[in-house]
Amino acid sequence: MPPEPISFAAAFAPALLDPTRDAPQIVTGPNGKAAGKRYDVYRNNVTVSLIDALAAIYPAVQRITGTDFFRAMARFHVRGSPPTSPLLFEYGRGFPDFIARYEHAQTMPWLADVARIERAWLDAYHARDATPLAPAQLAAVAPERLADLVLTPHPAAQIVCAEFSAVTIFAANRDSAPVSRIDASTPEDALITRPGFDVIVRHLPPGGAVFATSLAEGRPLGEAAASALDASPDFDIAANIAGLIEAGAFTSIAFGDA
Amino acid sequence: MSAKLAVTTLVLAGAMSTALATFAAAAPLTKAEADAAMAAKKEKCFGVALKGQNDCAAGPGTTCQGTSTTDFQGNAWKFVQGGTCTSIDLPNGKKGSLKPV
Repeated sequence: MPPEPISFAAAFAPALLDPTRDAPQIVTGPNGKAAGKRYDVYRNNVTVSLIDALAAIYPAVQRITGTDFFRAMARFHVRGSPPTSPLLFEYGRGFPDFIARYEHAQTMPWLADVARIERAWLDAYHARDATPLAPAQLAAVAPERLADLVLTPHPAAQIVCAEFSAVTIFAANRDSAPVSRIDASTPEDALITRPGFDVIVRHLPPGGAVFATSLAEGRPLGEAAASALDASPDFDIAANIAGLIEAGAFTSIAFGDA
Repeated sequence: MSAKLAVTTLVLAGAMSTALATFAAAAPLTKAEADAAMAAKKEKCFGVALKGQNDCAAGPGTTCQGTSTTDFQGNAWKFVQGGTCTSIDLPNGKKGSLKPV
């Protein structure tokens, strides 16, 4: 009788990501011989496929660090953080935080934020489809009700706040075009949306992240604008409303308590 | 909301009307370059879910990725060659290159 599946997996899996452990005793070759090398094939495939998954999710990070550095860094993460979901595209959610802590990435303090944008890119890609809010719906709102307007965020919309120029670095490294000099010193907040089939990453102007986050949290327009002005006196209400609508950051409108 | 920062109905109405009026004009948010959008378009079919999970990814005979216990951390700085990180400058003038530790 074949072994019961769950107990078999429980015996088979633990040494996969830990090469210091022996192959499980349940793994045997012909005539009951030990099968360490056969087990190593599984070790390799699990490790390599998870590193490949990280490389596919974080291509800009890999381009920035170079392949060898990336794969070495990814392998440390893989061994400490095995998948918790059978869906491979869910893997690697902890990688940006790992990068932020990784000893040898400390000279690239912007790298973790670039990774956060890449993760948000993939989440936006897989988010539920939804039709973005049409400007005409806003035009129909009576002026005295605008302050109480509440906007429903689009399922794909996300905001990543960065201390460094993460949006510029991300954009320059997502394809194979040559990278010119980048000054990493300007903090850049990113807005990630997918109004149609294509994910779009934008750089939010000052106060924009506070405004968009407040709105996404369900706070009314008047309050969100006040918070953004509080955070950034240069905050341009009109430009930000237009920008968020154009980006497809919201799907519908409602009214909060007056 | 504090009084000094209260956004009046008038201000909000003006902003909304400006927003809607300028809507068809240039995008007010600085786009992260057409590059990002193009990258997104190019990678329309990008998705880890599409990647095979069971192929022998490292090629025949290579089992080192899964079995090596080598400590890469000590010489990780060597691996950065080929990356673009040296093009990225930090505020204090240092480059984002890795140094041996």
